[in-house]
Amino acid sequence: MTVQHEKALAASDGAALLADPVLATRQRRLSLKIKIGLIVLGLFVIVGIIGPFVAPYDPSAIGTDILAPPSAAHWLGTTQTGQDVLSQLLVGTRSTLLVGFIAGAIATALSIIVGVSSGYFGGNGGEALSLLSNVFLVIPALPLLVALTSYLPQASIWLIAAIISVTGWAWGARVLRAQTLALRKREFVQAAKASGERNWRIILFEILPNEGAVVATSFLFTVLYAVLFYAALVFLGLGNINQWSWGTILYFAQNNEALSVGAWWWFIPPGMCIALVGTALSLLNFGIDELINPRLRAAGLSRRTLHAFGGDQGITPVSRRPG
Amino acid sequence: MAYLIRRIGFYLLTAWAAITMNFFIPRLMPGNPVELLVSRMSQSGPVTPALIHSLSVAFGFNAHTSLLSQYGGYWAQLFHGDLGTSITYFPSSTASVIATALPWTIGLVGTATVVAFAIGTLIGVVAAWRRGSWLDIALPATTFLQAIPYFWLGLVIIEVFAVTLGWFPVSGGFAQGLQESLGGTFLRSAAYYAVLPGATIVIASMAGWLLGMRNMMVTTLDEDYVLVAQAKGLSNRRVMLGYAARNAILPNFASFALSLGFVVSGALLIEYVFSYPGIGYVLFEAVSNEDYPLMQGIFLIITLAVLGANLIADLVYVVLDPRARQEA
Repeated sequence: MTVQHEKALAASDGAALLADPVLATRQRRLSLKIKIGLIVLGLFVIVGIIGPFVAPYDPSAIGTDILAPPSAAHWLGTTQTGQDVLSQLLVGTRSTLLVGFIAGAIATALSIIVGVSSGYFGGNGGEALSLLSNVFLVIPALPLLVALTSYLPQASIWLIAAIISVTGWAWGARVLRAQTLALRKREFVQAAKASGERNWRIILFEILPNEGAVVATSFLFTVLYAVLFYAALVFLGLGNINQWSWGTILYFAQNNEALSVGAWWWFIPPGMCIALVGTALSLLNFGIDELINPRLRAAGLSRRTLHAFGGDQGITPVSRRPG
Repeated sequence: MAYLIRRIGFYLLTAWAAITMNFFIPRLMPGNPVELLVSRMSQSGPVTPALIHSLSVAFGFNAHTSLLSQYGGYWAQLFHGDLGTSITYFPSSTASVIATALPWTIGLVGTATVVAFAIGTLIGVVAAWRRGSWLDIALPATTFLQAIPYFWLGLVIIEVFAVTLGWFPVSGGFAQGLQESLGGTFLRSAAYYAVLPGATIVIASMAGWLLGMRNMMVTTLDEDYVLVAQAKGLSNRRVMLGYAARNAILPNFASFALSLGFVVSGALLIEYVFSYPGIGYVLFEAVSNEDYPLMQGIFLIITLAVLGANLIADLVYVVLDPRARQEA
């Protein structure tokens, strides 16, 4: 699965949301968060695709300019061996985002399978699946990831993404189970059951379409989780150090004491990139959250409007827009 | 009490799952881990039979016995507190290495997490109460904080406050030359060294509690009993804290327990960045020396510690939520 494909998947989730006329109306007013999120994420995805082609230098090529601060020749300076930091950043974007999106996709698939079937079928099997996701939720991820990846020193990014997703699916499964439990009792599901629909059809066509927003948020959350943990693992020296990623840059910066020689241009940019991607994903998540729960949106109103509705007295304002 | 008994049962089950995972991880990996390690280590020097034995013990790996009896032997070892011998700190046992580092981690991460939860929740309450004020503008900033890798924030904080300004030490857990003790000088030094790593954990993990509390609080403020409380003419302060926040904090507290594993993962990396003498630094040492017994021991102990912390959180929850008490 490619980055573009993933992007299309994420976008189609958003489109499903917008297809709802009520949601679409709301969307017009609060799209700022979603817009900024999509633009920033989109820019990084483009860099992920074209990064290796536009990088001014070979990221691994050793140069004579050692630990040079940012200049016209090296926009983000150089490392201890004279490698160009900007080129490393551009080339490293692809693997970082790939791990994020692959892990997000696998983990979301797992959480749908476990969460929805646990909520829909209920009974002892459902309880057992719920227990399983709670167990995975409590176990701290990093030590487990370290123990797992340390046995696989040359692991490909696919394998790393798969391992990260094993520790990252439980939250989504929990939320989806709760959502499914609520949906199962709704009339349209009962009606579908009464009319003899098969279970897989009810799940695919009655339940899942109503969980689009939840699936989207849990996917975005897992992508962020995977990007953070991939950087952390590589930073510790696990996984494949020869594969350029943002974590790799941080790993070499830390091991060559970039900090104590004051080479801020070496370790600030990769962390900033991670934070920017993360912020974009969180903004998208907030945008979707506010679509589902309009109460959270009071932030968009002016102080005066709020006062008129008693919002500054701690009472939730109810305002309806024409159309 | 039924609630607590159910929770304890759940933690026992989780502990069993973690221990069993720990047993199977080396067995599921390609090749025989002991042979793999011995061949890798023999490149850098002679491998003593004692080391091979310690590896076999650490993995409970014995080709002559069945998987089931290996599993039994593994449990027997665990109950004796035997986690094998560390390669990095040879001939110290893995258990003793972890025991030395654990108090540092519990002290630093425990304090920082509680402080972060308290501050985050409090700001969340105020941010929800004052919706539409400047506090709302600060919310996107917390989003940014939440997305930052903990360890990178640590690097930046070291660069600013330790390297550039020189206010705090760059690394370590206490001043050089001091003996580890419970004396005043040592504790003061330890507290001074803990400020930067502690502040990093607080800043990085606070945003999550803040947003969670704000969103819960916004929902609670819409309840009828809040409206009634205001209609009765109670002071804003009383309505905010005694009526709204008191109810909104329950879900936030429940998510505290669930997020603990995530926070601890990030905190371990902060320890590594600050060369703090806790588990996080030992974990890094284990990784760079391919010290598998130590890595697995750390996974096990950290998991058990998080389970213990969860149990404490559950006890507090029972105090906070009368429903949890009455279920029995």
